[in-house]
Amino acid sequence: MNKKLPLSEYFLDPLWKNNQILVAILGICSALAVTTTLSTAITMGISVSLVTAFSCYFVSLLRKFTPDSVRMITQLAVISSFVIIVDQFLRAYFFTISKTLSVFVGLIITNCIVMGRTESMARNVPPIPAFLDGLSAGLGYGIVLVLVGALREFFGFGQLFNVQLIPNSWYATAEHPQRFQNLGIMVLAPAAFFIIGIFIWIANLISKPEKPA
Amino acid sequence: MWMGDYKLINLLGLMIQTIFIQNILLSYFLGMCSYLACSNRVKTANGLGMAVTVVLVGAGTINWFVHTFITAKGALSWLSFFGINGSGIDLSFLELIVFISVIAAFVQVLEIIIERFSPALYHALGMFLPLITVNCAILGGVLFGITREYPCIPIIVFSLGSGLGWWLAIALIAAIREKLTYSHIPRGLNGMGITFIMTGLMAMAFMGLLGINLAYPTGQEPQILEESTPPAKEPLSLS
Repeated sequence: MNKKLPLSEYFLDPLWKNNQILVAILGICSALAVTTTLSTAITMGISVSLVTAFSCYFVSLLRKFTPDSVRMITQLAVISSFVIIVDQFLRAYFFTISKTLSVFVGLIITNCIVMGRTESMARNVPPIPAFLDGLSAGLGYGIVLVLVGALREFFGFGQLFNVQLIPNSWYATAEHPQRFQNLGIMVLAPAAFFIIGIFIWIANLISKPEKPA
Repeated sequence: MWMGDYKLINLLGLMIQTIFIQNILLSYFLGMCSYLACSNRVKTANGLGMAVTVVLVGAGTINWFVHTFITAKGALSWLSFFGINGSGIDLSFLELIVFISVIAAFVQVLEIIIERFSPALYHALGMFLPLITVNCAILGGVLFGITREYPCIPIIVFSLGSGLGWWLAIALIAAIREKLTYSHIPRGLNGMGITFIMTGLMAMAFMGLLGINLAYPTGQEPQILEESTPPAKEPLSLS
């Protein structure tokens, strides 16, 4: 990476052109697991953005002093410190969400996005661009999470943010069995795979229209 | 502490549960990154699956001891043997950083040992071992095991089952992807897109076993704390 790139480039590039989920296919584990409801998806998006941004910042600060042989473990230590902060914060202020996310907050440590950004970008650039890059990588991830979460919560429960959006009168009852029913599959594992698969398909069609696969 | 309420038959049930019913990849989505990146060839997939199983069992067991004797609340009470009162110390906030260090160290040591004693195996596994440190299946398996408070032997079985389940999933998708090379796939869906949809179909197949509960000691109510949705609004039971 050369230093001539404007700062905005660092911020905008990972948002769409290098979107970590849709293009780089990283960070899939949590993207699939925490998207059953919108609120968990948003929490996860924000947490990952902050962890990535600050880890990138500190890895970049330490880049001149870190010998190559121990850089992985240094990065892991930096990342896990921030994950612990986020975990403790969620436990203190958002206990129900933290309980729902359970181990997936801890798993931000092994989230490939954080590792990928520190390894590929933060190691080579000054702290501020690294911070922006990490932040927008996390945000790009968060946006996809929010979309998937909204789809799954809306069709799986008929709700968004725990607010019932599909009126209860539309639902099938014993008298009107032909009416609407929640799509149970949206809550379960396979739907997440299908939705992300289709998102990747759409992203591919938009971003490289001319290239035959 | 070693077996808890578990009997031998429960261990078998736990094994089946973790391999097929609550497959760590297909129902908890752990280890997706290396699953997607290394599933082009069956041979590679087998090597990685084997490595994950070995590391998961080792790291799971070591981390269980770390949790039980060091980081859990009140776990340091054995210090009273040396005249130090440690029963009030709660180090659980350190668990994440300790677990990941144990995993990284275990992987390094394993790599050195394998290189020294079995060069053939090292060539088969070698390049995957460093990757495994950041495979979320390992840390996730460890964290799930600790959260569910398994006793010692069950957590070894749980780790082994999780590793085997992951191996099974990656071997299956690798076989499917080898065949897919010769198919006509819509433009844009080729590559990762179709892999996701295939995985979804596989997850659906594994979901056929959903609702069977074998993993709990006879007569004990299952208590799942780590469900990914609030149970109040859940139409189908996930476990």
